[in-house]
Amino acid sequence: MAAESTEEKTNKENTKVDIEQQLGETVGEQFTKEQKFSLRNVDVFYADNHAINDISMDIAPNEVVAFIGPSGCGKSTFLRVLNRMNDTIDICRVSGDIRLDGEDIYDKKMDPVLLRARVGMVFQKPNPFPKSIYDNVAYGPKLHGLASSRAELDDIVRTSLKRAGLLKEVENRLDEPGTGLSGGQQQRLCIARTIAVSPEVILMDEPASALDPIATAIIEELIDELRENYTIAIVTHSMQQAARISQRTAYFHLGKLVEMGPTEKIFTNPDHTLTENYITGRFG
Amino acid sequence: MESKIDISDHISHRYNDELEDLRNQVMEMGGLVERQLQDGLKALRKSDMTLAEKVASADDEVNAKEIEIDKRCTQILVRRQPAASDLRLVLAIIKTINDLERVGDEAEKLGRYAIHLHKKNTYIGDFTEIKHLGNHVRTMLSKTLDAFIRMDVQSAIATIQSDDEINEEFDSIMRQLTSKMMEDPRAIKETLRVLWAARALERIGDHAKNICEYVVYLVKGEDVRHTNLVALLEENPELTDE
Repeated sequence: MAAESTEEKTNKENTKVDIEQQLGETVGEQFTKEQKFSLRNVDVFYADNHAINDISMDIAPNEVVAFIGPSGCGKSTFLRVLNRMNDTIDICRVSGDIRLDGEDIYDKKMDPVLLRARVGMVFQKPNPFPKSIYDNVAYGPKLHGLASSRAELDDIVRTSLKRAGLLKEVENRLDEPGTGLSGGQQQRLCIARTIAVSPEVILMDEPASALDPIATAIIEELIDELRENYTIAIVTHSMQQAARISQRTAYFHLGKLVEMGPTEKIFTNPDHTLTENYITGRFG
Repeated sequence: MESKIDISDHISHRYNDELEDLRNQVMEMGGLVERQLQDGLKALRKSDMTLAEKVASADDEVNAKEIEIDKRCTQILVRRQPAASDLRLVLAIIKTINDLERVGDEAEKLGRYAIHLHKKNTYIGDFTEIKHLGNHVRTMLSKTLDAFIRMDVQSAIATIQSDDEINEEFDSIMRQLTSKMMEDPRAIKETLRVLWAARALERIGDHAKNICEYVVYLVKGEDVRHTNLVALLEENPELTDE
């Protein structure tokens, strides 16, 4: 491959400077009247890499917030800040004021295990435990001592499966392995497992990216129903999905929050050129 | 924030081509309609029956163009799921071609009125106000198409405002023709045709105004239909920003 000419290098540097200049302050409406989550001046570093750069936003109760942006823009890292999943990474350092119902979740007194029961997470790839369908859902409530009897546990398992829209399909084979279900069913099983511990917030990291359109539609319908009881933050690469399911959308770029606002506005008339470029396929 | 729309900047070159082609098709349809209006007016003014017949039957081409562009818009919506300015462009085009088709219909009417009036030996050339209104409407349509192709909000807003003058001219013609009918009841039938021709021109002005409103929506994302434009501009001076 030919070496990069000086001119090409200069052009690249200029583009980078242009983009950094364009980034500036977040535009739109990133703050809300009521807050489930309130995040101020959040920075995340992986060793020397500044992955999240001074992001402030609110997430309101019972809303679905979509995080969109190109790969490596920090949206998944930011999602993981919300239930301290980044704690498991040694080189990761988080700073800023991050509050759930006014409580500092990075306070020393906060138990991350209990926090993760309040702020559940669903991942891109369905990851059921190698246990029965029943045990997959019962695991969390048992761990947190949420059921005092077998009958109570049965009730939690059935209710969670029902809320996740899976009960009808599996009620006659609860003792079969969860891994034997289809991809879409496995993902709903993971959602049932998440809601079994009665979380307040559900984080979803591209929950439908490995699913077919029917399974995706079922998950999206489910997200809409779950919104009545939970607050949901979802990372997605599908802009149509963000447009369909969220009330507000946040656009991330190079670790910064570029724009956040009502989903309808972001997808019809965004304020920031970078948002416009990304959602219209002009990002280069 | 910068709102200049560039439709040729997508990662997908084919998408650029599709949008560019769509815009060209609209301009082509606009050209056809402009020609229809021009011919319709000339047929009326000169009592040119060949031209009148041509205008009365040439609407098919405009209709076919509308269907073709509609199809392409549907394809883009299905295949590209456009967002933001691209979405506004496709929506504005779907609405614009509907109005252009109506302009074509009104121009066709001008051809038909020309034929009727010619049969009754009534010459519209006697009505200088109609000639004036016709020129005014032609200029408005031409400015509208120009604002559309250049996505020029300032020009679109000026054109929207010029519709009031056309409405006033029409009112004046209506008063004049009403007096004429009262003076000479035997000429009511022919005079009504002249009035309808004026009415068709006034309607063309309304359609041009609609298209200019879509231009504002396309570029600024602001829906200015059914609003008091003067008050809106006072509240949002950025609408006229370049």
